[in-house]
Amino acid sequence: MYNLIGAGLIVIGAGIGLGQIGGKAMEGIARQPEATGKIQTAMIIVAALLEGLAFGALILGKN
Amino acid sequence: MGAATLFAQETEHHTQNKEQAEGIVDTKQEVDDYIQHHIKDSHDFSLFSYSNDAGERKHVGFPLPVIIWSSKGLTAFMSSAFHHNDNGEVIVERNGLRFAKIHSKIYELEQGATTVSFDEEHHATNAGKLIDFSITKSVVGILIIGLLMFIWFYALARQYKTKKIPTGFGRVLEPLVLYVRDEIARPNIGDKHYRKFTGYLLTVFFFIWLLNLAGLTPLGFNVTGQLAVTAALAIFTLIIYTASGNKDYWRHMLWMPGVPILVRPVLAIIEIAGAFLIKPFALLVRLFANITAGHIVVMSLIAVMFTLRQDLGVVGSSFISILLSILITLIELLVAFLQAYIFTMLSALFIGMAVAEHDHEHQHDQNGHDVSDAEDVRGDYI
Repeated sequence: MYNLIGAGLIVIGAGIGLGQIGGKAMEGIARQPEATGKIQTAMIIVAALLEGLAFGALILGKN
Repeated sequence: MGAATLFAQETEHHTQNKEQAEGIVDTKQEVDDYIQHHIKDSHDFSLFSYSNDAGERKHVGFPLPVIIWSSKGLTAFMSSAFHHNDNGEVIVERNGLRFAKIHSKIYELEQGATTVSFDEEHHATNAGKLIDFSITKSVVGILIIGLLMFIWFYALARQYKTKKIPTGFGRVLEPLVLYVRDEIARPNIGDKHYRKFTGYLLTVFFFIWLLNLAGLTPLGFNVTGQLAVTAALAIFTLIIYTASGNKDYWRHMLWMPGVPILVRPVLAIIEIAGAFLIKPFALLVRLFANITAGHIVVMSLIAVMFTLRQDLGVVGSSFISILLSILITLIELLVAFLQAYIFTMLSALFIGMAVAEHDHEHQHDQNGHDVSDAEDVRGDYI
């Protein structure tokens, strides 16, 4: 029961984080379309780090 | 869609069998068991199973060799000896020892025991685990993909000796190779050192990507969803960036300049934990969790066909299930590439951090700020 609540909290947090990353990247691309490639790469790296954290928490919380 | 139909048949069969055997259907439990079984590695290659008109269970697939280091040395036999039993009910006798398979793991029975006895938590009490060198399903997957990669890339490399442009399948591979080299290796490692590491990055990229794609076929591979596989890959990256770290890398990790002396030991502990634990852990958990979660989601959505059948009818539940599983499979195709890309990208980033040449023109002032940076910034305004 508690681990389900924990999993929900993790997903909410990760969702907020991913939304921030994606939204800011969109803004950046809209401001400077010529930097699209660099922004995308950085965005994916940060998203991957965040996702790793979220998955780690989910796996640790599962048991 | 092949996976969907096979899985559907399988679950259907399980359900029917239960109905016949016990008169009670616990579809959710069946689906859960099936998914758990799929996520794990197994000793045989089972494609699908069905019951014939006589009510017998028929398995379609092929057995794989079991190679184990038991108390009497090396023992090998085919997994068909277990007759698809996974609960330790079938005992195999080889070399005077008795073996049983429980939840895809081989156990050796103690001397004199003829059946496996379990305690309340369903742990075997009179059987011990072995050192298992078996050619399991994952090993077969790794061998197949390794062989394919060897054939494809050997052919590609050989073509460059005679002509400038590859022909045939090489034309598909060349842009991917160039992509990994020019978009992942070169920008992250730097022009000076990237050549040395491109080989490893290419290997790891194609290995993960092809195995991820193999996991989406109806063959039922889940190789990159095995912790052992992803841990081995992460350890390779760890060894490479630790072994190729230069003087500056170690200095900035253990006794970093421009930081107050009292803070340095604290930061060094954090840096060491980061380099030897957190970085490889991040690599291995990300790949494992993404692929495992993807497999569970795909199979759960296919299972919607059975779990919602009572509420929505056969047509309604099948429609929803097929629609959702097609959509999620398309996303999984993207994830298969993305995870290979991220693993390669982060490996390149970590290697790049280890081999980065420290620019000695960057002098640190007593506060730890870069003197030349300030000069650069000022230069922009003059």
